[in-house]
Amino acid sequence: MIGRKLTAAVLAGALLGLGLASAAPAQTVVGVTATEIKLGNTNPYSGPASAYGTIGKVIGAYFKKVNDEGGVNGRKINFISYDDSYSPPKAVEMVRKLVEQDQVAAVFQTLGTPTNTAIHKYINQQKVPHLFVATGATKWNDPKNFPWTMGFQPNYQTEGRVYASHILKNFPDAKIGILYQNDDYGKDYLKGMEDGLGANASKLIVMKQSYEVTDPTVDSQIINLKNSGANVFFNITIPKFAVQAIKKANDIGWKPTHFLNNVSSSLATVLKPAGLEASKGLITALYMKEVTDPQWSKDKGFTDWVAFMKKYYPEGNLDDQSNAYGYNVAILMVQVLKQCGNDLSRENIIKQAANLKDYDLPLLLPGMKINTSPTDHAPIEQEQLAKFDGERWVLFGEIFDAFRK
Amino acid sequence: MNRRASVILAVVVIAFAYSLPIYMSGFRLFQFTQVCIYAIALMGLNLLTGYNGQFSLGHGAFYAIGAYISAIMMDQWAIAYGWTIPVAGVLCLIVGFLFGRPALRLEGLYLALATFSLALAVPQILKYFEHWTGGSQGIVLTKPKAPWGLKITEDQWLYLVTLTVTVVMFVLAANLVRSRVGRAMVAIRDNHIAAETMGVDSALYKSLTFGVSAAYTGVAGALSAVAIAYVAPDSFNVFLSVTFLIGIVIGGLASVWGNVLGAMFIQFVPNWAQDISKAAPWAIFGIFLIGFMYVMPYGIAGAIKRLWISQVVSRVSQKQGGEPLSSQQAESPSR
Repeated sequence: MIGRKLTAAVLAGALLGLGLASAAPAQTVVGVTATEIKLGNTNPYSGPASAYGTIGKVIGAYFKKVNDEGGVNGRKINFISYDDSYSPPKAVEMVRKLVEQDQVAAVFQTLGTPTNTAIHKYINQQKVPHLFVATGATKWNDPKNFPWTMGFQPNYQTEGRVYASHILKNFPDAKIGILYQNDDYGKDYLKGMEDGLGANASKLIVMKQSYEVTDPTVDSQIINLKNSGANVFFNITIPKFAVQAIKKANDIGWKPTHFLNNVSSSLATVLKPAGLEASKGLITALYMKEVTDPQWSKDKGFTDWVAFMKKYYPEGNLDDQSNAYGYNVAILMVQVLKQCGNDLSRENIIKQAANLKDYDLPLLLPGMKINTSPTDHAPIEQEQLAKFDGERWVLFGEIFDAFRK
Repeated sequence: MNRRASVILAVVVIAFAYSLPIYMSGFRLFQFTQVCIYAIALMGLNLLTGYNGQFSLGHGAFYAIGAYISAIMMDQWAIAYGWTIPVAGVLCLIVGFLFGRPALRLEGLYLALATFSLALAVPQILKYFEHWTGGSQGIVLTKPKAPWGLKITEDQWLYLVTLTVTVVMFVLAANLVRSRVGRAMVAIRDNHIAAETMGVDSALYKSLTFGVSAAYTGVAGALSAVAIAYVAPDSFNVFLSVTFLIGIVIGGLASVWGNVLGAMFIQFVPNWAQDISKAAPWAIFGIFLIGFMYVMPYGIAGAIKRLWISQVVSRVSQKQGGEPLSSQQAESPSR
C-alpha cells in the first residue's frame, strides 16, 4: 500500500534528522557598549490589558529625555519594548528574544502577574536582572529563591498590613468583617491583614466572606457581615463588586469603619457609580500622588511631570495615573544605572537595584522613600491612609511603613 | 502533485526540520517549537473545517483543556510530560466527541457561535477550579531536560520532541484523510444528503471528526504547556481561537502542508507587523491578511498547487499541441 510506504518513508526521514541534531554553542551576554545600555521590556500594547500599554510608552519617552540630556554616564539607553498582548506564551517568547537575541543588560518593568509568572523561572536561570515588575503580587519580593527579580509598587500584603496596623492602634474593640475575592489577589490581602493583626487575628476577625469573580452580586455576603455585628469592614474587592458592596452596605444601613482596598480606590470607576454620599468616610491606602487631585497642582513633582509629558509624550493622557506610574519607575531605573557607574554587569545592576537608600521619587506621596537591600526586593513599602470626604481622598495620619516601624 | 513527489518533498522537509538545531539555538528554536505546536492545532481545526466543513471559533478551548490536562498531571501527580500528551489527546477526543453530538444540530454560522461560546467560557471555568488549575495565577511547571545524558539543551530537546510528535500526527492525519473515513468526511462537507444516500452515517462521522479535531488541538495544547512551562487562563483568550482560524485559511483549507505554512504565518507575521509599526501592529497584520487573501484566495498551499497545476497544464498542452485542460480544473482549490 502506498500509504504505508509513505508512512515508513516519512518516519525514516524523521529518524535520520534526529541523528543530525547536535549541540549549540554557548554565549556570553553583556548588553552594554561604550555608548549604549540595552534595556528590555514587554508591555500589553494590544489585547485585554492594552490600557496599560501607555506605561511602556511613557517609559520610552522618559528615556528619550534622558538620552537627549546626554544619557547615563555618557551611555544612551536603548529601550527595546515588545508587545506581549498580556499573553503568557507571548511574554515568554518576547522576553527570550530580548535576552537571547537582543542581548539586553536587564529586563525592566514587564507588566502583569501572569506574564511575569511565566518568565520568572527562566529569567532567574539566565541570571538577568528582572527589575521593578509592574504587578502587585507579593511573590516578586523573594530574593532567596529569585535573586534576580524585584517588584516595585507596594504589594497587596503590604497594604493589608497597613490597615491592620491602623486598626490595632485606633480600634481596640474592633470586630472585623472581611469580604474578599476568592483568588490569589484576595488571599494576598487577607494574609497581609491577618499577619498584621498577629496573634489577635482570630479574635478580632469575626467573619470572613468570600465571593467568586464569576458571581453576579455580593449582596448576601454584605447582609451576613452586617448580621455578624462587625464594626470594621475590610473590603477586598475589584471595582465592580466594590460598587455593589458600598451601595448595599449603605442601603441596609450598615455603617462600619469601611476600609476599601487601593485596587478599587478610583473615583471614576468606583466611588461615583456607588454614590459619593454613600462613599463618604471610606478609608483606603495610597502611595502615589493622584494626578487628578487638585491638591498637587502646584507641587514641583507634578508640574515637572506635566512639563515632561507635554514635551516628550504629548499624545499621553494627563488624567491617566499610569503615565505618572511609568514616569516614576523610569526615574528609578535611571537612578540604578547611575549608581552602577561604569560597571554595568548584570551582577552589579541587581546589586545596585538592591542598594537603594532613601531615594525619593517625584510622584510618590511626600515623605515616602524607596529602600531596598539584598534581602528586601520590595522598593515601595510605605503607604498613607486617606479618607474620602465626599469629593476626594484626604490624606491623614502618618506614613505607614509595614516592615520598618 | 503526484504521490512520489509529495513523499520526496515530505522527507526533505522533515529532514531539514530535524537539522534546524544545527543552525539555530535558544530563542529561534523555541519559535520553531511553537510553529510545530501551532501546526498540530491547525491540523486539528483543518480536519474539522477544511475536510468536514464544520466551523469552529472555539478551538482555543480544546487547546486550553489539553494544556491544563498536561499541566495538572505534571503538577499534581508528578507524571512525566511524555505521558500527559497522549492522555490530553484522548480526553480531548472524548470532550470533542461529546460536544460534537449536540452541536450536530447546528450548521455553519450557528455552530461557529456555539463553539465561540466555548472559547469564551473555558478561561473562566478554569479559574473556578482553583485547587486544580491554580486560578488566575495558573500553574508553573519545570522545563524537561534532555534524557539519557544527551548533550543537547532543553530547547533542542523540546524542539525534537515536538517535531517528532508533529511528524507522527501529520502522518496519521494524512493517512486519515486519504482513507475511507476521510472520503466520507469530505463527502459530508460537499453534500451531506448525497453522502447519506451513499450510506455514510453523517451524524457519527461529524461527531467523530469533532472528536479527532479536538484531540489534535488538545495534543498541541499539552505540548504548549510543556514548552512554555506555564499555563494560565490569560494564555487562552478568545483571540487564540480566531488565530487558529486565520492559520488554516491563510495556510490553505483541506491541505496538510497548508497547516505548516499557516502555523508559520501566525507565529511570525505578528512579530514582523510589530517590527514595522509599534503603534498599530494589528493594523499591519490586517494588511498582511488582506494582502494574502487577495493574492492567494485558496491559502498559501492552494496558491502553490495552482502554480503547479498551471505548469503541468502548459507542459501537457505544449506536448499535445492541442487544447489546454479546462480552466476549471486549474482553478480548483487544493484538496
